[in-house]
Amino acid sequence: MSDVIVLWDRVLARQLRTNVCGSKHIFQRACSTHVTRKVSSTAGSNESNANSTGDSPQHDIAIVGGGMVGIALAASLASKPLTKHLNVAIIDNNPLLGRKNIIEKGHLPDPRVSTVTPATISFLKDIGAWKYIEEQRHAYFDKMQVWDYTGLGYTRYNAKDVDQDILGCVVENKVLQSSQLSCVQESDLQKTIYPARLNSMDMLPSSSLTGLGEVPSTADLFMRGRLAKLELSDGNNVYAKLVVGADGSKSRVRELAGIKTTGWNYSQNAIICTVEHTVENFTAWQRFLPNGPIALLPVGDKFSNIVWTMDPTEASDRRSMSEDDFIKAVNDALDYGYGPHPETTSSGGSSLSWLTGDVNISAKERFETPPKVVKLSSERMMFPLSLRHAKDYVSNRVALVGDSAHTVHPLAGQGVNLGFADASALSRAIAEGIALGTDIGEANLLKRYEAERKPANIAMMAVLDGIQKMYAVNFGPLNAFRAAAFHGAHYISPLKKRIISYASGEQSLPLFS
Amino acid sequence: MNQMQRILSARRLSHSIIPQSCFLHRRWFATSETDASSPPLSSAHQKIQTLEDKASNKSRSTALTTSSLNEQELAKFSAIADTWWHSEGPFKPLHLMNPTRLAFIRSTLCRHFSKDPSSARPFEGLRLIDVGCGGGLLSEPLARLGATVTGIDAVDKNVKIARLHADMDPMTSKIEYQCTTAEKLVDEGRTFDAVLALEVIEHVANPAEFCNSLSALTIPNGATILSTINRSMRAYASAIVAAEYILQWLPKGTHEWSSFLTPEELTMILQRASIDVKEMAGFVYNPITGRWLLSDDISVNFIAYGTKK
Repeated sequence: MSDVIVLWDRVLARQLRTNVCGSKHIFQRACSTHVTRKVSSTAGSNESNANSTGDSPQHDIAIVGGGMVGIALAASLASKPLTKHLNVAIIDNNPLLGRKNIIEKGHLPDPRVSTVTPATISFLKDIGAWKYIEEQRHAYFDKMQVWDYTGLGYTRYNAKDVDQDILGCVVENKVLQSSQLSCVQESDLQKTIYPARLNSMDMLPSSSLTGLGEVPSTADLFMRGRLAKLELSDGNNVYAKLVVGADGSKSRVRELAGIKTTGWNYSQNAIICTVEHTVENFTAWQRFLPNGPIALLPVGDKFSNIVWTMDPTEASDRRSMSEDDFIKAVNDALDYGYGPHPETTSSGGSSLSWLTGDVNISAKERFETPPKVVKLSSERMMFPLSLRHAKDYVSNRVALVGDSAHTVHPLAGQGVNLGFADASALSRAIAEGIALGTDIGEANLLKRYEAERKPANIAMMAVLDGIQKMYAVNFGPLNAFRAAAFHGAHYISPLKKRIISYASGEQSLPLFS
Repeated sequence: MNQMQRILSARRLSHSIIPQSCFLHRRWFATSETDASSPPLSSAHQKIQTLEDKASNKSRSTALTTSSLNEQELAKFSAIADTWWHSEGPFKPLHLMNPTRLAFIRSTLCRHFSKDPSSARPFEGLRLIDVGCGGGLLSEPLARLGATVTGIDAVDKNVKIARLHADMDPMTSKIEYQCTTAEKLVDEGRTFDAVLALEVIEHVANPAEFCNSLSALTIPNGATILSTINRSMRAYASAIVAAEYILQWLPKGTHEWSSFLTPEELTMILQRASIDVKEMAGFVYNPITGRWLLSDDISVNFIAYGTKK
C-alpha cells in the first residue's frame, strides 16, 4: 500500500514540477515590488540598486561572512526544495569572493587546511559540493597514531575498527570554500554578494503597521520591526528578515547583537606550514609534547601539513629560524626529541581479554615512526589559540554559526566540522519553519537551532579543553594516568569505537548518544 | 473502534513532509483509555440528541437568526484579545501547539488536493477559511504557504488585532478578515476549498448546527479540519485542572468539560453533516522539551480531517 503511495507521489512530483516553477513566479509577483526586482538575477551578479521607487534591497537572509561556514549555509539552503527560492545576501569584505578563481592543479598546498570528518563529508555530498572537492587536491586517511613524549603509551586508530574506509579527509580551506560557492552559483538561489564590511546593524521590536499605504516600503517594515537593517562600509543599506553571523571568532555580528562570550586564551600559539616527504603519507600523526601537540596531516602528493602548538616565545623563535633548522626541529619533535618511543607491546595482555572485547585491527599494529620531513614548502604562519563560546547563539533576528559561536583548540581537528554541523542544523530549522509558514526571523525557530547545536558544541569544547589541560602538565602520576588512557583507548575496542565514532561526527554527544 | 483504528492508522501510512520533530511514534495506541472515557456508541447517540435538544430550546427562545454561538464564551475571549500575539501570554499553549497543528494540516491538505509536499507554497490557488481565527495565529502561516485565506471570528476585537498583525508582513496582508459567523457566510452563499475550525467547537452552543454550517461552507469533495479536546478523564485532569488551575496556562473557566466532544461524537456529528472523517491524530505535550508532538493518543487534544461528500 505504501509503495503505491510512493509511486503515486513520484508521478505527481513529475507533473507538479512545472506547476511549482509556475507558482514561484506567481509568488514573486504577489510579493512587494522590491523582491520582484531581484528575480532576474539568477547568476549571482551584483545587481544595481536602481529601481523606480528608490527602495533599498530587501532579502530573506543576510549571511555576514563568506567563509567556509557562511557559504556552507547558503549552499545548504540552495540544495533544499523548501528553501531554494529564498533571497540571500552574502556580505564579505573579500573582493575576490564570487569571481571564478581557478585553482591551478600544480600549485603547492596552502598551509590553511581543515580535516573534514565523515559526517561533514556526507553533508558536503548532500549539498553537491563534494564532487568539486574531489577534482582538486584532497587526502583521505584511514589511520591515526597518537602518542606523547613520555613514551609510556600510544594509540593507533584504523578506519576498519568501525568498518569504515576512511577516518577523515584533509582539504585546503580555499578548495572547500570555492567548491561550495560553485554549488551556490549554479543553483536557483537568488543571491547577491556585497563586497563590503558590516559597519552597523539595527533591529527594532515588533509594532503594528497602522496608518501606512497598501504596500509598505522597506524602511517602513524596518521601523515596525519586521526587518533588520545592515549598514555596510560602502554606504549600502541592506534589509533582511534574518541576519546570520558567520564572520569568525572576532564576529562583528555577535558584537553588534550584544551577545556576550565566555572563554579564555590558551597561552599557546600554533605554527602551521606545508612540508614535503620522500614517500606518501596516509596516516594522521599527533604527538603531545610538553608544551603542546605537534600534528602531521597528509594533504596529498607527498605533502603534509604541520600544526605545531607551543609557547608564544618558542613560536616566534621557530617561525624566524632558518628553514633547515626548522625542518630539523620538526623531525626531532616527531621522533626522539623530548622522550623515547613507546614500546609496542604485543598482543595487549591476554589476561585482560575479557575487558578488551573483540580484538580490533589497530590494536595489533606496531608503533611506527612518522615519515621524515625533507623540505618546507610554504611560509610558516602563526596564530594565537583560545577558547571562546557565545552565551547565546540567537537573538532577535540574528543567528550565529561557526567560529562566531564557538572557537576551539585545533588539537582534534574539530573546529570547522562543528561549524558545518551548525550550518546544516540552521538550514534544517529554516526549512522546517518555511514548511509550517513561520516568519524566518522568529525567535522560536531560531531557538530550535540553538537547542540542537548548543549542547553538542559545549560537549565537544569540554572534551577538547579537558584533553588540552591534561596534556599541559608534566607530573608523574598524571603521566602514568595518560599512559593508561592511551592503552585503554588502544586496546579496549568498545571505547575505541566510541572515540572514533564521536570524532567522526557520527554522534553529536560523547555520552548518551 | 474499528473505524477509529482505521482513521488513526491512515495517518501513519501517509507520505508527508511533516518535520520529524513533530512526531511521537507509538506502535500501539491504548484503546482502553478511549474506551473507558467515552460512552459506547449508543449513548453517544443519546448525548448528541440531548445536545441538539438543549440547543434547539435555546434557539427557539431567541427565535431570530440561528446561531451556534455562546455569548458567555465570546465575552471570555474578548477580555484577553490584546494578548493574542504575546507568545508568553495567555495564549502561550496555542503558540506552542501551532507548529504541530500546521504539520498535520499541511500533510493532510497536500494529500487531499494532490499538491507537492516539498514545495514552499503548496496551497497556492486554494481558498481556505479559518473559522474562529482569533488573532490570526493559524491564518498567517496558511497565507505564507500560499493559500487565499479568509479568517472569521465572532469577537470584533480579535478581528481587529488579526488585521493589524497581518498587515505587518506583505505575505500575510492579503488575508481577508471579517467579524461574522459561519452561518452568516452560509447565507451569503460563500464556499471554500477547505474549512478549518480549530479549538472552536468546544466553545459553541450547538455543535451540530455548527458542523452543518461548516459543511455548507465546504465545496463538494473539499476538506474540513476540526480540532478540539476529548471529553475524557485525562482531558479533565490535563486541560482543565492542570492547564487552568495548576500551571495556569489558560484563564480559569476557559473550557467547560461538559462541552467537550469525544472523537466518536464528533465523527457522528460530522457524518450527519455529510463529512466523512478520514484521519485523526492527537497532540501530546512533552514537558521536558516544552514541545507538542503529533501522536495516536487522542485522549486529550485531537484533530480530525474529513472530506465533504
